[in-house]
Amino acid sequence: MSELIAKSPCAGLLPAEAGGLRLSEAELGALTTLAPFRGAEKAATRALKAAHGLAWPEPGQATGEANKRAIWFGRAHVLLAGPAPDASLARHAALTDQSDGWAAVRLEGAGLEHALARLVPIDTRPAALSPGRTARTQLGHMTVSLTRLEEHAVLILAFRSMAATLVHELKTAMEAVAARG
Amino acid sequence: MRVAGKGLIDRGRSVPFTFDGVRYAGCEGDTLASALLANDVRLVGRSFKYHRPRGVLTAGSEEPNALVTVGRGARATPNTRATVQELYEGLQAQSQNRWPSLGFDLMSVTDLAAPFLGAGFYYKSFMWPRAFWERVYEPLIRRAAGLGALSGEADPDACERAFAFCDLLVIGAGPAGLMAALVAGRAGADVILADEDSRLGGRLLAEVEEVDGQPGHAWAQAAWDELQAMENVRLMPRTTVIGAYDGGTYGALERVGHHLGQRPDALPLECFWRIAAKRAVLAAGAIERPVGFRNNDRPGIMCAGAVRAYLNRWGVSPGRAVTVFANNDDAHRTARDLVEAGVHVAALIDSRPDAPRSDAFRVIPGAQVSDSAGRRGLESITIRSVGGEEKMQTDCLAMSGGWNPSVHLTCHMNARPEWRRDIAGFVPAPGAVPGLAAAGACNGAFSTAACLAEGAAAARAALKALGRSTPDLPIPEAGDDPYRIAPLWAVPGRGRAWLDFQNDVTVKDVKQAATENFRSVEHMKRYTTQGMATDQGKNSNVAALAVLADVTGRTIPETGTTTFRPPYVPLSIAALGAGAQGKGFAPERLTASHAASRERGAPMIEAGLWYRPSYFPDPGENHWRQSCDREVRMVRESVGICDVSTLGKIDIQGRDAGAFLDLVYANLFSTLKVGRVRYGLMLREDGFVMDDGTTARLGETHYVMTTTTAAAGQVMRHLEFVQQCLAPDLDVSFASVTEHWAQFAIAGPKSRELLGTLLDAPLDPRDWPFMACGEVEVMGVKARLFRISFSGEHAYELAVPARYGDSLFRLLLARAEALGGGPYGMEALNVLRIEKGFITHAEIDGRVTAFDLGMERMVSAKKDCIGKTLSQRPGLVDDDRPRLVGLKPVGAVKQITVGAHLFDPEDRAERVFDQGHVTSTAFSPTLGHVIALGFLKAGPERIGEWVKAVDHLRGVETLCEVCEPVFFDPEGGRMRE
Repeated sequence: MSELIAKSPCAGLLPAEAGGLRLSEAELGALTTLAPFRGAEKAATRALKAAHGLAWPEPGQATGEANKRAIWFGRAHVLLAGPAPDASLARHAALTDQSDGWAAVRLEGAGLEHALARLVPIDTRPAALSPGRTARTQLGHMTVSLTRLEEHAVLILAFRSMAATLVHELKTAMEAVAARG
Repeated sequence: MRVAGKGLIDRGRSVPFTFDGVRYAGCEGDTLASALLANDVRLVGRSFKYHRPRGVLTAGSEEPNALVTVGRGARATPNTRATVQELYEGLQAQSQNRWPSLGFDLMSVTDLAAPFLGAGFYYKSFMWPRAFWERVYEPLIRRAAGLGALSGEADPDACERAFAFCDLLVIGAGPAGLMAALVAGRAGADVILADEDSRLGGRLLAEVEEVDGQPGHAWAQAAWDELQAMENVRLMPRTTVIGAYDGGTYGALERVGHHLGQRPDALPLECFWRIAAKRAVLAAGAIERPVGFRNNDRPGIMCAGAVRAYLNRWGVSPGRAVTVFANNDDAHRTARDLVEAGVHVAALIDSRPDAPRSDAFRVIPGAQVSDSAGRRGLESITIRSVGGEEKMQTDCLAMSGGWNPSVHLTCHMNARPEWRRDIAGFVPAPGAVPGLAAAGACNGAFSTAACLAEGAAAARAALKALGRSTPDLPIPEAGDDPYRIAPLWAVPGRGRAWLDFQNDVTVKDVKQAATENFRSVEHMKRYTTQGMATDQGKNSNVAALAVLADVTGRTIPETGTTTFRPPYVPLSIAALGAGAQGKGFAPERLTASHAASRERGAPMIEAGLWYRPSYFPDPGENHWRQSCDREVRMVRESVGICDVSTLGKIDIQGRDAGAFLDLVYANLFSTLKVGRVRYGLMLREDGFVMDDGTTARLGETHYVMTTTTAAAGQVMRHLEFVQQCLAPDLDVSFASVTEHWAQFAIAGPKSRELLGTLLDAPLDPRDWPFMACGEVEVMGVKARLFRISFSGEHAYELAVPARYGDSLFRLLLARAEALGGGPYGMEALNVLRIEKGFITHAEIDGRVTAFDLGMERMVSAKKDCIGKTLSQRPGLVDDDRPRLVGLKPVGAVKQITVGAHLFDPEDRAERVFDQGHVTSTAFSPTLGHVIALGFLKAGPERIGEWVKAVDHLRGVETLCEVCEPVFFDPEGGRMRE
């Protein structure tokens, strides 16, 4: 009996390195958008805390750690990255499986904001986008979710179908910055 | 020639380069201009219109004459200012706008014809015959006049764009700018200091001047070092701020690779920055203006400040017997510095009778230079004074008509500068650009001490506005000589006195414009083309309007200035459009099946940003129609597979999801049973059709909506708008899941048989009637199955998480091929849907109503919906509207083309008789002839009538029979089976 073989969005495209920067595909686990039902915001907050130990992120905020995060994902949406959502959440929020919808890459290295500055129209320096801060913004022509994970690492989510363009844009920017020496 | 003991260059490092093929050597730290002057090359270009010999006029980005082409072939960069181009080993420069050579230019005959080529001559001379303008005259003029040419090859060098942010942007790194950056930097503010030079210091590098008891350039170097050590300060040399825009945004051009002979492939040539600054200090300095006199454009005649810059910064004297002509005290420093460096100064001619005297050189007060001589370079000047005219031998004339503050950026948001009589120059109006303050020479403060003080004050004001404390930084001591000037714009006399060197505009041309009643400064500019060259008249604007003011009997403030617009310096389109060449133009959206489709040789067509296979050629097929016809027959007879993942998919959940869908769709969805799919039509507010698609009810409060590929974004935006603005009380949320699912159409009579080989549990036909949906498992993977059909066949769409898309597609193809089927592409998909009369955005093009489509009954009478009321306007339900019909050829011509218009057969094919148009067409292999869909006035009432389809563009006229839009299986038995 044959089986369906899973292929990651950036398969064959990554990792890549240039200068001191490294770009790799991020393994995030399950991705689920949580959108609280009307009037259920507080209950959803409590449920997220109780079920996954995660604080509900404010706009522009990402909570949690390496294998379990709640990332603000635009108006009225939070992205739960890591665990499959606990069933208790479904009572308070619309849950939508997005696990295969996003190409997730991790850009790391000192000075990564110089590469991002070639593509992203917001201030991504640590003072403005510190660890735990996130933004829905643009990268080149693509809309992305951009989260500072650590001092020298960011997580970028773009549409899965655009994975090749995402990698190409980032590699070009990394190489251009590296070429400046 | 080089002058011993002067300059900030590294004489130990010789840098070889070529100009027009001749080998020269410069020094590390030279610009191309300083290196040429050091090698006594004075003739570097030919002027735009008259092909006059020209040399270096300035030492900065304002240079109008010394434009050269740097590099060869595809890498050549034309119109490079030699004064900005840094020298590197192996630099190859060519002169421009000359043939066959710079020294002997045949086009210089135009200079002899000058009396006939004055301002506006081509408006008058090339009136007749009219048709000649475009084909003869304009190409002729363009060939004769000109700058450097592009290579015509694709440029292999890339540019880049980037964004930067700061509290304070300091524009210019002369004394004012350095001081502002030091104050703000020490206060801990987030500072960007941008300067167009490769080295920070501005005029401090060009003057013999003490700051804080040390040479000015040494103080600048110390400030540079201190700023470089500050983490909160970003230094951006070689970066010209080119424009001020709304909200504290500034554009800036950084020269990244132009100064390097050997550069890494990935290094961009230029970077276009967008800098968002909370506050800005403009410390752009000032630009010296020439004086208009007869033949003032010969190589060897330069601005006095530039002569000083070449001497003090680059250790070059542009002449061996230099003369100076000025109307202000500042230019006397040129003579002083030259004499101190051991260069012979023949005389200083000052137009002011009370000019200061000197022991070191001869001063001729109250006199003017009225003419010059010398074929390819200056040989002598004529000096006119009360005593008469005197000729003097000289190979370099340093002239100065005073300094113009660089107010350009302060005018980019439409403010006008203000005239200051005491300095005979325009200064920025306060508050001209919100958040920007001018300081130093660009603000009319010309002494170094005043520049330092204004820079510090501007930074302190900015810090205060930012809510920061201001450090008490002592202002260094520096020279504070007053700037004394008596206006002199042009020396009266016969002959041509140049104002705008780059566009060859003379004093006479400005007078001519006024004579012909182009008296407004904006009209004068356009009539004479003054200030319209690539230097934007940086050297000439003020003098030209002063001449105009004089001729028209107005004051300079009354005359006013023309409008300074971005960019401040010439900007390459490559930099503005950086990253957008080739595939950088738009992202590519690839489906999970992309690789597998490409492996089968499928050509791709673009659908929005998506790439979809057009058809899948079999061996032996050499025309798309062969593949397409085969794929259509395959779907009708066995089974075909098509990736439909590109259609928009929106997950809709919430207690009020049904009510929300009832609002956005024309038809009812709240009544749809769980496990069923319904076709829906969505209207815009104005009642026209926006989009169509199917929506499935997966659970009591859970739907998934499908949109067309093209309108997915528009529909999502519409839903957001409706929820946030029109129905905020409804408990509903939605999320795009287009990307999460890989979805494949499995269409054809053998589709159920195929699924039977694939699904973990067999399909019970009783549970899966037409328009059913539900969860299934494919080899242990949870999937969604929809029994829907866009082909008119018994068909399904199977969706799996996208990670399995590639694998499932390959598997589906293998299973389909075992049943005599295979993949089909967009061409076949289109034929299949036209045979069935299914619509796409070819039909719903934004001008079409549900009534036009024969779907008026889908607009539910039981409820309201967006667009319903307006869709019932009398004009939108008029029987005579163009309405959807099918068409088939009945005459000798068997082809129908999209875009053809429909006419009654006996009418002339003219606009007034227009009856409609053709929207989609295809050859139907099922029916054996061409079929088409279109909109025809009162169409449904004219079934069986004949019309002619006339395509005026392609010259095709076809007699057609009007028929029902559903050509194949009108009862729909095949898909319901």
